[in-house]
Amino acid sequence: MKKSAAPLPRVIDGVDRDSVMRMYQRMVTIRSVENKVADSIEEKEIGCPCHLYSGEEAIATGVCANLRNDDWIYSSHRSHGHFIAKGGSLDRLMAEVYCRRTGASAGRGGSMHLSSPDIGFPGSSAIVSGTISLAVGSALAFKTMGTDRVVASFFGDGAADEGVFYESLNLAALYKLPILFVCENNLYSTHLPLSKCLAETRLVKKAEAMGVPGIKIDGNDVIGMFKTARKIVAGMREGKGPRFLECMTYRHRGHVGPHYDIDMGLRSQEELDSWMKKDPIDLLEKKILKFKAAGPEELGRIKDEIAARVKASEKKAKAAPWPSCKSDEAFERACWRESR
Amino acid sequence: MRKLTYVAALNEALHQLLGGDDSVMLMGQGVTSPWYVGQSCIGLIDRFSEKRVIDTPVSENAVTGAAIGAALAGMRPILVHPRLDFMYYGLDPIANQAANWHYMFGGKLSVPLTIWGIINRGGEQGAQHSQAIHALFAHLPGIKVVMPSTAYDAKGLLRSCVYDGNPVMFIDERWLYHLESDVPERRYSVPIGKGKIRRKGEDVTIVATSYQVHEALAAAEELAGRGIDAEVLDPLTLKPLDEELIVRSVEKTGRLLVVDGGWRSFGAAAEIMARVAENKDIMEIKAPLRRLALPDCPAPASRTLEKNYFKRAEDIVRETVRLVR
Repeated sequence: MKKSAAPLPRVIDGVDRDSVMRMYQRMVTIRSVENKVADSIEEKEIGCPCHLYSGEEAIATGVCANLRNDDWIYSSHRSHGHFIAKGGSLDRLMAEVYCRRTGASAGRGGSMHLSSPDIGFPGSSAIVSGTISLAVGSALAFKTMGTDRVVASFFGDGAADEGVFYESLNLAALYKLPILFVCENNLYSTHLPLSKCLAETRLVKKAEAMGVPGIKIDGNDVIGMFKTARKIVAGMREGKGPRFLECMTYRHRGHVGPHYDIDMGLRSQEELDSWMKKDPIDLLEKKILKFKAAGPEELGRIKDEIAARVKASEKKAKAAPWPSCKSDEAFERACWRESR
Repeated sequence: MRKLTYVAALNEALHQLLGGDDSVMLMGQGVTSPWYVGQSCIGLIDRFSEKRVIDTPVSENAVTGAAIGAALAGMRPILVHPRLDFMYYGLDPIANQAANWHYMFGGKLSVPLTIWGIINRGGEQGAQHSQAIHALFAHLPGIKVVMPSTAYDAKGLLRSCVYDGNPVMFIDERWLYHLESDVPERRYSVPIGKGKIRRKGEDVTIVATSYQVHEALAAAEELAGRGIDAEVLDPLTLKPLDEELIVRSVEKTGRLLVVDGGWRSFGAAAEIMARVAENKDIMEIKAPLRRLALPDCPAPASRTLEKNYFKRAEDIVRETVRLVR
């Protein structure tokens, strides 16, 4: 005798179940990659400096779930999460973190410089605030070409320390461009708390002073992120102009590498603990279980499958060839010759 | 053939480029101002509208980045900085993003961007309205630098820059803008990386950049009267440099004077001399290589000081005579 299962809910908190489950998978993938990378740095398998996205998964995931493949996003030094959220290949990400020829940037970029134009990810830059103006320019191009494509520009709160941030917001408002500025406010700019960097810490106020309407939002609530971004993206496609999101969040690990910056005296254990209680993946799991969109076994199975995929990607990356002047002669020579 | 001033040739090039290709756009300060960047941009806004002719605020950093982003997304922007002094604000996206993008991402995307920067100096404008920083850009891997000296070359090189597919700095001098030369009405390209012999000679090679080509030609006439037959070369492109043209000439003359409108130390003249010095085909050098460039000093305002600061034909004559005698 088979017990008939209760029907799955079609809508969870205003979002369709498929979207919710897809976002769950994306977030778990990001976390799983970052944990794997952290371990491999500890084991000295990875030498390239990595800025991990653990704890901030809901932001990239919630925004990118509303974007089409031909929409573009620009990212920062903390780029793994954005790359995965936009649909980037796990194999190519891992291989790039390992600086291999099969990587997203053929081993020339490393963790901070990922590129995959085929999924609307032109590149990520290590210069703080470095891609915000580029994102504005791409939005300008999309508008000039008469398309309804949009751009999302991801950056941290530290970007607001740079002058180009303000210039870029002004240009976007001035030309009414289809760009969403996504500020991931994780409270720290490298080692400095926000209050040591900015006299006025209300970032939405700054954006609005530049003419870009903004919203402050819980960056750990992926459902909220998704719904807010959905509305904004639809408006941008209709020509409503730029918007600014200040997403409150916390990076679980330190500025760079696998550690937590607590040993360095930069953050407190209490602060970390309080944010761990607001872990975006845990929050989403609770919601999925509450709405009975999936059971604990299914979530466990998803996690195991993803962990296995990440492990396989890493294995492939480690076995992949290194770029070398000899094997990639044509590319290196073309770049070198240009300088003569 | 029809004669045009340098600035009229640039204007014609811009009309033809924007008129022939919807992906070409012009952005920068003053492109719709009553002065139209020295008349070079006249008529463009009426013909192509604000959609592709964008007069930008004084936000050099963001505007330069935006031009790069537009190039990445499929446009072929021409970004004009009417004064190189203000371009330091836009240096970061050029050096960190445009220059690196192609290599850093394994050749995935390139940046088909032309940055037209104008050296605008003299007339007691002082230190911050005078700077010639072409060598600074030429130092960056991934950036090409062209420096036209005639109306003909300006028109043809601008077209080559727009269709090169990489970030190219098109740097010229306001002092060139009223000079005339033969310019065909048709569209044509002058290749990047190829220099020209402006005057043939046997005794000494003078390599001059941008406006200095004209001073060097005047000097060569004066020198001819004194029995010195100077060959004047115009590299047209600073990077990649037409090394072969220069080496072949120095092989013949055995003497080199480089005249550059930038500062002396670590500048374009130094690099050109180094290329000659390290070339093993040149067996006989009759005199030490020399350069004539700006002193390592900010530009003065006062006309009495400007007179000594900027180099003219008479200075080139003096240096050349010293080299040959």
